[in-house]
Parts: sequence; structure tokens; C-alpha cells
Amino acid sequence: MELELKEVRGPAAVSGSPRRFVNLTWLLATTDFKLSYFGSVLGYLWTLMQPLMFFGVLYFVFAFLLHLNNALDYPVLLLMNIVLFGFFQQATGAAIPSVVVREGVVRKMQFPRLVIPLAAVTTAAINLFFNLVVVMIFMLSYGVQPRLTWLLLPFLVLVLFVFTTGVAMLLSALFVRYRDIAPIWGAISQALYFASPVFILINQVLKGHPSLGRYYLFNPISTILQQARHWMIGGTPPGGSGVPVIMGGYVWLLVPGGIIVGVFLLGYWVFGREAPRVAEEL
Amino acid sequence: MASSQVAIRVHQLDKSFRLPKYRMHTLKERAIHPFRRHRFDEFHVLHGIDFEVLEGEFFGIVGRNGSGKSTLLKCIAGIYRIDSGTIHMAGRLSPFIELGVGFNPDLPARDNVTINAVMMGLTPREARDRFDEIMAFGELERFADTKLKNYSSGMQVRLAFSVMVHSDPDVMLIDEVLAVGDAAFQQKCLDVFYRLRAEGKTIVLVTHAMGLVQQFCHRAMMLSGGEITHIGLPGEVARAYMSENFRDLTSDVRVGITAEEVRLTAAWMTNATGERVDTVAYGDMMRLHVAVEALGPIKTPGIAMWLSSEDGVRVFSAGAREDGGGLGDFERGERMEFSIEAENRLSAGRYYLGCTVVRGTAGLEALLFQDRAADIVSYGVSLDSLIGIDHTVSVTRLRAGEPVR
Repeated sequence: MELELKEVRGPAAVSGSPRRFVNLTWLLATTDFKLSYFGSVLGYLWTLMQPLMFFGVLYFVFAFLLHLNNALDYPVLLLMNIVLFGFFQQATGAAIPSVVVREGVVRKMQFPRLVIPLAAVTTAAINLFFNLVVVMIFMLSYGVQPRLTWLLLPFLVLVLFVFTTGVAMLLSALFVRYRDIAPIWGAISQALYFASPVFILINQVLKGHPSLGRYYLFNPISTILQQARHWMIGGTPPGGSGVPVIMGGYVWLLVPGGIIVGVFLLGYWVFGREAPRVAEEL
Repeated sequence: MASSQVAIRVHQLDKSFRLPKYRMHTLKERAIHPFRRHRFDEFHVLHGIDFEVLEGEFFGIVGRNGSGKSTLLKCIAGIYRIDSGTIHMAGRLSPFIELGVGFNPDLPARDNVTINAVMMGLTPREARDRFDEIMAFGELERFADTKLKNYSSGMQVRLAFSVMVHSDPDVMLIDEVLAVGDAAFQQKCLDVFYRLRAEGKTIVLVTHAMGLVQQFCHRAMMLSGGEITHIGLPGEVARAYMSENFRDLTSDVRVGITAEEVRLTAAWMTNATGERVDTVAYGDMMRLHVAVEALGPIKTPGIAMWLSSEDGVRVFSAGAREDGGGLGDFERGERMEFSIEAENRLSAGRYYLGCTVVRGTAGLEALLFQDRAADIVSYGVSLDSLIGIDHTVSVTRLRAGEPVR
């Protein structure tokens, strides 16, 4: 048996066979998913219960007590937004300490380092999948008419996944050196929560200052949530309009699109730069 | 050695660690001390490491703690980035340097085996197909669905070793596996080593057990202070290791003892060719020497030498008396050298050479007594007893009713 002599290049973000990369990522993600509700009585049901309970709280406060957004489709929209934003929050929150948490494996084993944050994001994506099924059921039972644009939802989820992965790579690499990333990101993601149309919808923004809509949608999360609203539920303009309409032209999509691509590339670059030394820095 | 094909080639490898004097974990510290980052303590762990391991070779790496063995292994395994030099490897490497990495205590063995095997490079499907075989090898069939936290540490190691063996890598890096597990499992590991050796697998074994090195390795290498100090036949490397290992140990070995009437000036060992050595292989000839100087006239003196083990058990002793060894009275100022030649039958370990000078035919009056005048190291064979005695073993089956003779 003649085997070819190949150079050992040392640890990197991405190395070895792509098959192993995918297998490892998927296996770690599904294992984490299995373990996340380990020891609880309801088990996987919590995956579904959590956003529903959160939804209950928000709905009670905003629709019932404050009489905000008493549009017919507000509860459906609220639930969908919570689920989508929840994915972003859960994924980044789990990814940031992921490399440090898996220290034992990182220091003792050779494998592509990028698997770690990617698995954390994938675990959250599995949750998202189940949650979206619940959202669909909730929508149908609420009387939202199915439409063809529902088929476009996976595209938005993919865009959200790419953006989230970018943030996850960037922050998990930085966290190894600077532990203050975690509290800082806690504050930023809280700010993002209020700066995105999760429960305060774009209608509020447009009511006061119609020209602000464009800038409001520079935030990639806002773009994704607003477009999801348009494709999934629709509704009367301007609140139910698609992103290009509110922004005043497709060309403006370049801004949130550019941010998403930029964050992803930056994250990939930073992670790739840190990956070779991560076993020593820990 | 199956072939002359190179399996691992390490060329001029250098590796150092930079340990910051002040580890900055927060941005605030960074803002306050913007330039401090460049203050590093540089630890040069490996320099100019250059060696090759051939395909099908069992290669041992030995060295004391801190000699850079583990760092070298991590560099070869691709866990650490090297500073300069190159490493080449043929075939698939088992990416572990330690058994059981990545085991999750909350998951049953089944899931852990899958994860471990996929880390080794199998597909999840292959891992599931080999699961029964893996459990059978580790003698853990009954515990397939037991959570790992309910495994004993020995069971976990058995599981991990099974996974490694069954994931079929071309090159294996093994760091001290046999330190754990019960005797039966250790025997099983040894059997696997023999099998792997026969199959022509390439194995790099890092160990402190010189017996293993001599038993299995085709070649071995010793690291000391981040450099290769010896590379070659396992016996030579084992000897170098043993002498380095015991040389620096603080011990109460002393010569130059002056009693009232006699002085012990030196104690040492030589090998069959008369070279001064401090290690001796099992089965080799050794010659033990002491030198004394009489400070006054001594009538009817006697002298004895012995070897005692680390815990003070006297293993062997011999001496000379006026009547026995042709020893006459000592003149004042007379210097004498005594030696004993013997075949080394000592189990591997450190031993002390002791010496006494007595007066009187009964040998009751000790003029000088030094229990640890020199230390020597025996290597090569680890016995269950302190010494080995030539013997034969025979077995006779008795028929029913036949009396024992």
C-alpha cells in the first residue's frame, strides 16, 4: 500500500475532508440539541414551549394591556418574529463561549476549528425548524391564507443563517482573547431586539417619520423580519409592504445585504486568523 | 519494518510558546496598557527536531517530563501550529493524542462511540456498523446504552481504546495508554500492539515504560530539553533515558566518608569492557567497585559490599575477609580497591551500592558503614520480584488417583 506523503499544515478553521467537516458539525449540533433539555420532564417540548410562553407574555403586555398594534394579524406576526429573532439570539449566545467551552477537545484533538461555532448555530437552526412548524400551524389555525410566497421563507432563513454565522465566527474567535465580549454582546443584542421590528412593528416608525423607514431597514435583522412579514402574512401597506417598496428601490437592498456579506467575511477572516493558535491561547 | 517508505517526516521543527507576562482578558486592561501585549515570556519547547518514521515501524519517544514529547506529538497531530520546519505524513492519522477526548458523560456509550469514531474520520454510518465489534472488544456489550458517567474510568479507557483500534487509522499516536486499565485489559492492549505490529501499522508510542519500548519498538528516540539526544535502537535509548532519569534525582548517595580509622574514597560501577557506567542492562555483566584508605593500622579487617533496593531491602551482598578473600592487615595510609563482578539479575529500577569496613574476625566492630555510597540503575526487564534466578518450569498432569510425588 503506497500512501502519499502530505504536509501536515497544523490547525486551521477549515481543514481535512469536507465530508468530515460536515459530519462533525452535524453530529455535534444534533448531540447538543439532544442534550439541551437533558433531565427535564418535557424534553423536546421545551423547544416549542419557550417561544410560546414568551409570546404569551409579550402579547399580554402589548396587545392586551397597552392596546398597541391591535391589528388582526399581530399575534401571528409577533410569534413569527420571536421565533426568528430567538434563533439569532440563541445561536450567537451559544456560539460566543463555544470554543472556550470545548477547550478539552480543542487542546487534544485535530479537527477543523470552525466546526465548533458552526455547530452551535446549527443547533439553534434545528430549534428554529421545529419552531417554524409551530408558527405555520398557528398561522393556519389563526386564519392566515397560505400563499405561494411562503415557499420563499427558506431563502430568508438562509440569509439569517449566514448573518448569524458571521456574527458567531467573529465573536467566538474574539471571546478566546477578550472575555468581555459576552456582556458587551448581551447589551448589543438587547439593543438590536428593540431596534428591530420584533414587537414594535415598522408601522410605528413609519407613522411618525415615513422617511426613516429606509434607514430603519439598514439593520439586516429588520430587513429579514420585514420581508418575512410581507411574504408570510402581507397586510395593508405601508406596514405590510416588502422591503424594496419601503426603502424606495431595490438598490437600497445593497446596504443590509452588504452588511450581511461584510460581517460574514469579517467573521470568517478573524476566525481563520485565530484558529491556528486557539489551542495555545485557551 | 515492513518497508522503507516514510510514514512521518519531521524536518527542522521549531516550536515555542509565547506566554504573556500579563494575560489580558478584558478590553479595559487593553485600553489602559496598550503596549503591554508585546511583553512575552518565550518558551522554546522544541528546536531543530529532525527525524523520520518508516511505514510499519513501531517508534518510541521517551523523555522526562517537560522534555517536549507531548508538544511534539501535538505538532505531529496538527493540534499546535509549528513555528518553522515541516511535517509530512502518509495516510490517515488518528487525531487523538489522548484516549476518550470528547466523551460526554451524559450520553450513552452508543452516541459517544459514534461521535468519537466520526472524529477519527469514519462516517456516522461506518461508526454504527462497527459499534457491536467495538463494544465486544472492550468487553462492554452489556453497557451499550449505559450513560458514560456511570462507567468506571477503566471502562471508559477500554471504550476509547476500542474505538481507536476499530477506526483503522494508518498512523497512530499513542500517549501512555497502558497507564490505566486493569491487568487483563493491559494484556489485551499488548495483544493489540502485537497484532498491529504484525499488520505493519505505523505507531508512535510515547511512554515512560522502558520495558514497552524494548519489547515493541523497532526504533526509539529520546528528547531532552526540546532536542533529540538519542535516536536509534530501543535498548540504547532506554539506557540513556534511565541514566538521565536517575542522575538528577536528589539522593543521599555519598562517598568521601571519613571514619576514625578508614576513609571511603570512591564507589562506582563499570561494565564488561571496563567503562565507567551508571546503568546496566538485565543479564549484562557488572563490576562494582569501592576504594578505601586506611588512616591507621587495622588488624584483621573485613570489607563487604551490597546492593539494596529503593526501599532499603538488601538484595545481594558479598565481601572479603582476612581469611576468605586474601585480605591482610591494613598499613597506615594504605589504599585499596575492591570489586565484585556479577551478572545483573536485578529487576528494572534504581539500586544503591553500600559498603562497610569491619575489624575482628567476627566482623562485629564496624569501622565504617555507608549504606548508599553509589547508585546504579538496572533496566530492561521488569520482574515481579527484585531479582531473577535461573530456573525451569515444568508441569505434570496427574491422573485420577495418582499420588503427588
